[in-house]
Amino acid sequence: MSSIFDIMGPIIIGPSSSHTAGAVKLGRLARLIFDDEIEEAEIGLHGSFASTGKGHGTDKALVGGLLGFKPDDVRIREALELAEDNGVKINFNNIKLPDAHPNSVQITMKNEKNELTIIGSSIGGGNVKVTKIEDYKVDITGSLPTIWLIHEDKPGMVGLITSILGSYNLNIAFMQDFRRIKGTVASAIIELDQEVSKYTINHLKNTNNIEKVRYIPAL
Amino acid sequence: MELVYRSVKELFQLADEIDGGLVEAIIKVEAFVTDKTESEIKAKMQENLEVMRKAIEDGKAEDIKSPSGLVGGEAAKLEGFQTPWATGIHQQAAVNAIAVAGVNACMGRVVASPTAGASGIVPAVIFAIAEENEISDQRLVESLFVAAAIGRVVAKKADLAGAAGGCQAECGVGAGMAAGAAVYLGNGSKEMIGHGFSLALKNLLGLVCDPVAGLVEVPCVKRNGFAASHAIIAATMALAGIESKIPADDVILAMKDIGDQLPLSLKETSEGGLAVTETGLEITKNLDI
Repeated sequence: MSSIFDIMGPIIIGPSSSHTAGAVKLGRLARLIFDDEIEEAEIGLHGSFASTGKGHGTDKALVGGLLGFKPDDVRIREALELAEDNGVKINFNNIKLPDAHPNSVQITMKNEKNELTIIGSSIGGGNVKVTKIEDYKVDITGSLPTIWLIHEDKPGMVGLITSILGSYNLNIAFMQDFRRIKGTVASAIIELDQEVSKYTINHLKNTNNIEKVRYIPAL
Repeated sequence: MELVYRSVKELFQLADEIDGGLVEAIIKVEAFVTDKTESEIKAKMQENLEVMRKAIEDGKAEDIKSPSGLVGGEAAKLEGFQTPWATGIHQQAAVNAIAVAGVNACMGRVVASPTAGASGIVPAVIFAIAEENEISDQRLVESLFVAAAIGRVVAKKADLAGAAGGCQAECGVGAGMAAGAAVYLGNGSKEMIGHGFSLALKNLLGLVCDPVAGLVEVPCVKRNGFAASHAIIAATMALAGIESKIPADDVILAMKDIGDQLPLSLKETSEGGLAVTETGLEITKNLDI
């Protein structure tokens, strides 16, 4: 059942729910996934983002998202200047991504120590999906609080993770677990009904055989 | 009683069963669906009203320009322009709608209603009526609930996107929602609200989405203006007792049917219609953005 505020709303910066509001969300998701200071960002525009993006302010929207703005933030219009003022270097390229949705973007975020690349798509009506982080296939929409983690591909790992979450009274709405090669590492996306505390994330981080944990709050 | 409506007919039946009538029924269902309190829901709609009011104000500025340069300043030109004939509320509605759609094109803040591309129509109509009749904000918010609930029914039966159904699914539905809100503000019955919605949407069935250069500017911004004036006529007819022979739920299905039959070239791909006219292509080529 849908809310009337999906029809009379949302409140957004125009002109386009997919090319502007969705682009802001993708930038925000990228920032949340990197979870580090962004000194430089390489933004590759694919498909319709490349061809009609500028007229829809997709460039400003993506950068606004990288700066942490929400889709209704009036500062999006000046996002490129604000990034420059804050010493964030932004580079745009037109790229072709294999098998990608027409409204897709690849964002590489960097600072002196770290670098991370994500690929995401704006799939319509302002809804978005991050489909790749580094070499891992993911499916992150930002509609629910989400944990992304990399763990050893061993028996009992999924059970261990879900029991830790359960011990904090967190209910799992959706969970996906992928691995590329048997017995190496697997990537898990866990969407929850509740916000997740730092304690929970630290608990997961300090658990044996869990290599990496990122928490992405709902957008 | 089940707090559910999947059609305009069910919405009106529910309104008959609930104390406080239509608006109360809409709010009760929303509270049930989203687990929010009634006061949170009313506050959220009030926020929508404020964003709409501000967008109309901002959009009347002479110096706004979209990134492409194709749009901006039209509302300022139209506002207060004196014709030798009476235009009254229709001119003001068009000014308001063009103002909001212009703000949208210029990367300002709007309320999708039902989409960003059609965001000018509903606010234009209710604020044009409010200016002439001194209507309270509370009543304007109530009219937005009416418009939103009808839009929600449409969304259940069809996609509200130019890419799925053409412009009939954006400006057509926006005009229908606005007409419903206007009938409410004119103290019309539920049935009249349904007729106002149906009359407005019926007359915009088949409207294609063929934007020049793929931008939400030409013909979108001025079309919001036309659709606002159009919605007022539909509401006026409904208040006068004119009925739509085809009921609202059937009109929505007709819209979906037509949308499915529309070729892709006329559904937001900019591969047909105005977008591929000589001038449309020339504009696309020369866009320095």
